[in-house]
Amino acid sequence: MPEFETHEHDVLVIGAGGAGLRAAIEASAAGVSVGVVTKSLLGKAHTVMAEGGIAAAMANVDDRDNWKVHFADTMRGGQYLNNPRMAQLHAQEAPARVKELEAWGALFDRTSDGRILQRNFGGHKYPRLAHVGDRTGLEMIRTLQDHGIHRGIDVHMECTIITLLKDGERVAGAFGYDRERGRFKLFHAKAVVLATGGIGRAYQITSNSWEYTGDGHSLAFHAGADLLDMEFVQFHPTGMVWPPSVRGVLVTEAVRGEGGVLLNKDGRRFLFDDIPPLYKNQTADNPEEGWRYTQGDKDARRPPELLTRDHVARCIVREIREGRGSPHGGIFLDISWIKEKLPNSAEHIKRKLPSMYHQFKQLADIDITKEPMEIGPTTHYMMGGVRVDGDTQMSSVPGLFAAGECAAGLHGANRLGGNSLSDLLVFGKRAGENAARFAKEHGATQINSAEAQAAARRAVEPFERASGEGPYQVQSDLQTMMQTHVGIVRREEELQKALEEIAKLRARAGQASVGGNREYNPGWHTALDLENLLTVSEAIARSALDRKESRGAHFRDDFPSKDEAFAKANTLVRKGLDGAMQVTRVPAQEMPAELKQIIEEMK
Amino acid sequence: MATATFRIWRGDPNGGKFHEYVAEAAPGMVVLDAVHAIQASQANDLAVRWNCKAGKCGSCSAEINGMPRLMCMTRLTQLTLDKPITIEPMHTFPVIKDLVTDVSRNFRAKIQIKPFKPRKPDAPDGTWRMAQPDVDRVQEFRKCIECFLCQDVCHVLREHHLHDKFWGPRLYVYSAALEMHPLDVEDRSGELRGAGGIGYCNITKCCTKVCPESIKITDNAIIPLKERVVDHFYDPLSRLFRAFGAK
Ligand SMILES: Cc1cc2nc3c(=O)[nH]c(=O)nc-3n(C[C@H](O)[C@H](O)[C@H](O)COP(=O)(O)OP(=O)(O)OC[C@H]3O[C@@H](n4cnc5c(N)ncnc54)[C@H](O)[C@@H]3O)c2cc1C
Ligand code: SF4
Ligand code: SF4
Ligand code: FES
Repeated sequence: MPEFETHEHDVLVIGAGGAGLRAAIEASAAGVSVGVVTKSLLGKAHTVMAEGGIAAAMANVDDRDNWKVHFADTMRGGQYLNNPRMAQLHAQEAPARVKELEAWGALFDRTSDGRILQRNFGGHKYPRLAHVGDRTGLEMIRTLQDHGIHRGIDVHMECTIITLLKDGERVAGAFGYDRERGRFKLFHAKAVVLATGGIGRAYQITSNSWEYTGDGHSLAFHAGADLLDMEFVQFHPTGMVWPPSVRGVLVTEAVRGEGGVLLNKDGRRFLFDDIPPLYKNQTADNPEEGWRYTQGDKDARRPPELLTRDHVARCIVREIREGRGSPHGGIFLDISWIKEKLPNSAEHIKRKLPSMYHQFKQLADIDITKEPMEIGPTTHYMMGGVRVDGDTQMSSVPGLFAAGECAAGLHGANRLGGNSLSDLLVFGKRAGENAARFAKEHGATQINSAEAQAAARRAVEPFERASGEGPYQVQSDLQTMMQTHVGIVRREEELQKALEEIAKLRARAGQASVGGNREYNPGWHTALDLENLLTVSEAIARSALDRKESRGAHFRDDFPSKDEAFAKANTLVRKGLDGAMQVTRVPAQEMPAELKQIIEEMK
Repeated sequence: MATATFRIWRGDPNGGKFHEYVAEAAPGMVVLDAVHAIQASQANDLAVRWNCKAGKCGSCSAEINGMPRLMCMTRLTQLTLDKPITIEPMHTFPVIKDLVTDVSRNFRAKIQIKPFKPRKPDAPDGTWRMAQPDVDRVQEFRKCIECFLCQDVCHVLREHHLHDKFWGPRLYVYSAALEMHPLDVEDRSGELRGAGGIGYCNITKCCTKVCPESIKITDNAIIPLKERVVDHFYDPLSRLFRAFGAK
């Protein structure tokens, strides 16, 4: 029986993005030993790519803002399927978490009186996003990283967890391999925090990197934890569409926050044509008012470009389908038009949106200060994830916590831009704190080495299969399939078809073989990720099938309206005793009277 | 469709050699796309790092036709396609496999640098006031994506291998961001001169030339730091000022 390299930590954090790092810092501050594992190098997690900003009702720019408005905006955006307790804690605690980043060295853009500047974003009533140009994620992850390295946390870089280990009901650790040498590693812990991010790689067109294969979702599912809201996948309205090699790369919503407009091929601002009733009162009814809003006029209402992402993405799809799209199958996003309004608009755009300027200049030969961009929807964010307790972030498996994108609850049916980075900070901290407490209050766990042995054996199988197809083809076929059948617009037959296809792809994945050895072998890594991608794809398809209505990011062509029967229900996915995936509906969390009242007041 | 030939270095710490692959060269493609295409169809186990594919994470550093660059931000149209395109791992760091190198020494060096230490908050609610122009200067340094291309090109590391004596340009940019941070009250001149070895830099500016974030590493970070170190160690008057907290 092979012995595995073993590491002991009180708290093991899986993931080194914003949520994982914040959790690790907090757990370590509570005096327990902490280990962090990450698939990439430190500082490269997805959080580094976030652009627009962190939502926090600090009221630095508009003093009418406060946590109650932020809470109501978040619930409205999520179509009231959010966990209201999480939405409340998030709105209340985000300002302190952002200020704390400043105390750790982050340098946000400033207001004229020297405070943290805040910008407009979709679905947020007031300018609320603390930002650094359009590289806010970099500022955030670097601040956490540089603070965290002095906190005595053990970091295991380029190490991938492939299974969670349990001791009876309780989580007892995790098992994985290091990418460099391909050696197995066993992590023995009293509590585990999942902070693995999203699932975007299940789709063909995505703003997400190779890391986003839904590992945390899948690890939790197989360990017996509940998943929630898996039908809610956010398609960001503005991804690049041309040239093909950059298809899906994100174009930040900040472009619209700074005054960018969406146009069809006839030059029409089509979003004015279709403003949802829930937002009628808050939306400008003419372009002039919309422009004034983006320039900070407090009496103006927001332009329809800043409606929620689910709505904007669907309107774009409609324009394209009805033949009013741009030459490469997108529509136009134009910020250059502001030259009509501002004397030195080119400089202004470069200062406000430096990395967008670069991205288009270098990758698409487009000067966004002079010409419009071509954009289209791209798979961006997973609202669904591990079901957690709103206060502690503990899942239905004792000792297993989840925070950040891999956890569900805060965003409901649709996430507002900027609410993710704040989510990472608020609930990363809470998860770290509570995992540390759990570790202190509960004794050591026992590792069942047979579990680890079995995982190790399974993991090396792709090398032993003589001649299957390669893993890349299976991954790419899965992505195309999900894009076609489980995309922005869904219907019964397509979703059924998807489930059939997933079964076939699973069989193929089980036969995929890889060549070479175990040292830094991306083919092997891709083969091992397939299991996770298939698990989350199935969970998305099954949940989407169950929700026979359209709400938030989930749109059913065959049930295009909202249905009261689903208005107060979340979709839950768990592994049945027979190993099969079960889908049930659970009542949404009841809102206490004081929160209901806030919602009423803010209508 | 047009094709191009890619000569990719493949090997491990024991050695390696160039392998030639022919791949499609579609409009708009970047070098990383070609590497991925080769990986998917011809060499499943070709090792390469990447994450964002948009120049934001600093993972995909390599030497393309001898130039240190990000693979995801180098378009094929910027290169001549009638000759093979050479792709090698960064030379300054030990090879792990193929295009992947061991950059861990940069992480180890960073821990030696004293962390951020802010002055007391300006406002009773625990916050500070800073003017945008004061922040601008440091925001330039904080754009760094830790691609380590500057470390790769710097001759003090690349040719003279002074890894234990010289932190290198990336870590000077990091130090500058701390030293010039409007709130920071720590003093790092001692380590910069000692363990940091900033004196070995002879201002060739090669690092500035390769920085994908266009950070003026030499002019804006290294030279002012060198001046600080000189002031601190040789100018008694400025030392006196520093003792009173001026910065
Ligand atoms: C282009 C882009 C722009 C965005 N802009 C914004 C914005 O402006 N505002 C906003 O609020 N949100 C934004 N988002 C969303 C936000 O960035 C993400 O939701 C958030 O960063 C996720 O953080 P996280 O900590 O949950 O996970 P991540 O930062 O993705 O980190 C996941 C970590 O888990 C590790 N991991 C995963 N699986 C495993 C495994 N099996 N074993 C070990 N480690 C593992 C990874 O290596 C990584 O370290 C944006 C997203 C994208 C893609
Ligand atoms: S300027 Fe200094 S740090 Fe930069 S490459 Fe030259 S010697 Fe190295
Ligand atoms: S300073 Fe520039 S070249 Fe050096 S690591 Fe940072 S981004 Fe890369
Ligand atoms: S992949 Fe992120 S910089 Fe190239």
